[in-house]
Amino acid sequence: MRYLIIGATSAIASACSRQWLSDSGRSDAGETDFFLVGRSRERLEQTASDLTGRGARSAEIYTLDVRDIAAHPAMMEAAWEALHTIDLVLIAHGTLPDQRRCEADPRVAMEEFSINGSSVIALLTDIANRMESQGRGVIAVITSVAGDRGRPSNYLYGSAKAAVSTFCEGLRVRLFRSGVHLIDIRPGFVSTPMTAELELPKALVSTPEAVARRISKAIRAKRDVVYAPAFWWLILAVIRSLPRPIFKRLSL
Amino acid sequence: MTAQLLSWGRYPRHTQSPAEVHWRSEIGPCLKRFAEERSTTLAYGNGRSYGDSCLASSDKVISTGSLDRVLAADWERGRLVVEAGITLSDILQLAVPHGWFLPVTPGTKFVTVGGAIANDVHGKNHHRQGTFGSHVERFGLYRSDDGRIECSATENVELFSASIGGLGLTGIIDWAEIHLTRIQSSDVMGITQRFSSLNEFMALSAELDSLHEFSVSWIDCAAAGKKAGRGVYMAGDFAEEGPLQVNASRPIGVPLTPPVSLVNSLSLRTFNEFYFRRQPRTRTTRRLHFDPFFYPLDGVMNWNRIYGRAGFQQYQCVVPQEVAADALGSLLGAISAAGQGSFLAVLKCFGDKPSPGLLSFPRPGVTLALDFPNRPNLEEKLFRRLDTIVHEAGGRLYPAKDAHMQGDHFREAYPHWKTLEHLRDPALNSRFWERVTR
Repeated sequence: MRYLIIGATSAIASACSRQWLSDSGRSDAGETDFFLVGRSRERLEQTASDLTGRGARSAEIYTLDVRDIAAHPAMMEAAWEALHTIDLVLIAHGTLPDQRRCEADPRVAMEEFSINGSSVIALLTDIANRMESQGRGVIAVITSVAGDRGRPSNYLYGSAKAAVSTFCEGLRVRLFRSGVHLIDIRPGFVSTPMTAELELPKALVSTPEAVARRISKAIRAKRDVVYAPAFWWLILAVIRSLPRPIFKRLSL
Repeated sequence: MTAQLLSWGRYPRHTQSPAEVHWRSEIGPCLKRFAEERSTTLAYGNGRSYGDSCLASSDKVISTGSLDRVLAADWERGRLVVEAGITLSDILQLAVPHGWFLPVTPGTKFVTVGGAIANDVHGKNHHRQGTFGSHVERFGLYRSDDGRIECSATENVELFSASIGGLGLTGIIDWAEIHLTRIQSSDVMGITQRFSSLNEFMALSAELDSLHEFSVSWIDCAAAGKKAGRGVYMAGDFAEEGPLQVNASRPIGVPLTPPVSLVNSLSLRTFNEFYFRRQPRTRTTRRLHFDPFFYPLDGVMNWNRIYGRAGFQQYQCVVPQEVAADALGSLLGAISAAGQGSFLAVLKCFGDKPSPGLLSFPRPGVTLALDFPNRPNLEEKLFRRLDTIVHEAGGRLYPAKDAHMQGDHFREAYPHWKTLEHLRDPALNSRFWERVTR
């Protein structure tokens, strides 16, 4: 299997990579290749050594700031040149913006929207075309439960994720005809460096490893949209169904 | 989002607030932040130390569990370079399919490599292979004063030996290179035999330990009178051929902490009687997977919770071979006289392979480990008495398991403590260290 992972040093992406290696078993792990994209060379190197140490045949690294859209095509050239055909693309990069700062400063808001929203749409545009001409493969995009409904605590982040989810909804239909599958993964609270500063309700927090297991299963089952862990589907179904006159009086 | 942490015995109850590090490059800045707050700290791995040796005196720890990456794996030579937060369980997942095993493993696979070095842990093969620290080629240490340094038998030698069994006080161990041991199969040929007295145990141990790679015994310390000193001797070796499989069964868990301990004198006597009777009367050999052989308790996640909110204390001592039979007899007598007992009373003869570690616990002799549900007067009623017996026998207690030992006993039994204090990173301190060096 050949994997292109963007945001490869994130906790969820690392957990997914390890999960795929252990899913594949020892003999197939020796035929697993990774192309890891991220911002920090040092972290990419450590992630790559971990994956080869755990049995991957190869793990190439590539540094990229996703906001630099002009730099995307060169990265993809390199990825396809290294891997030839790609079985799975995972887009996992993101930040958790400070909602207050986004409210105070439109430049901050746009910057964060660009990292979590526009950059993903840009990447998907190019990747979709390449996968379409490959005629096979899976694209997995990590969005968020926050995209299901705008809430006062994080509607900037939520709207960027919602944009990606809606984009995926349409793209999935287009790609279906060429045999490429697209899965939209919506994690809830996961204990990662991104959420380290938040006070979260302990019962609702899961681990990157649990989310990775869910993602791996969902990909095999060719699911279209998956909440991780599954109980978030129910929580979001309730939140989505709240009438606006009530919703706006709550502070969710 | 900060989970509050305790030690494995859930006593003493000083909840620790963790600062998580996810990359080795974050250790320096993290130590700096603590320095700015004028606070000391301590590395906390997977929380398997029983007492207060893993609790920071400031109650603020650096959580290193996310530093669990493999840096390099050489499956030809059986060398593994890993970040210190990786657990032995993770290593087994990787190594066993390649025909390699841990050179030394404690009774749980859920300890981190950093913790295994800092406590210089031992296992069922101590009589042949010594401690974990004897199989560490080199490791990285991050110190608040000197930054990143590498320690081995030839480089920063003083810190190398002070850090092995150094209770995490010489700096943050952030990576290590360890040696692995070749296995031909993941199965163990286990030998079991009951014994009915301490003398029988000593005789079995003398007869069989040298013939087998692994040995350990369970002793029924709830038994009194004619049954006193009875137990089960177990030895084993890896099978010479067979599959190389890692057990994939998911452990069951104890979902919550009951308000009171489920371990009491009734449940204990029943369990011990049942367990003893289940064992074969005569010497029996059977083939079993390494997981139940080495890690019988790992099948139940969070088993420490069965002792209830008050937690439990483990008492592990070693007494010199020459006086072992007498001292063990006195210890078991004192325990049954106090009406106490333990589910998990473990007995083993240590070998004489010296550890590179300065404050390593094992020494030639016999070690006894017991778990006691915590009670307000456990220390006054029982531990003081046991301490005196161990002290007079010239033995010592295991810091990794300890929550009560007296400072003067510690300082006498571990004369190198002053060297460790001298080499201690000033930014690090533990509740244990404060307690025993004051």
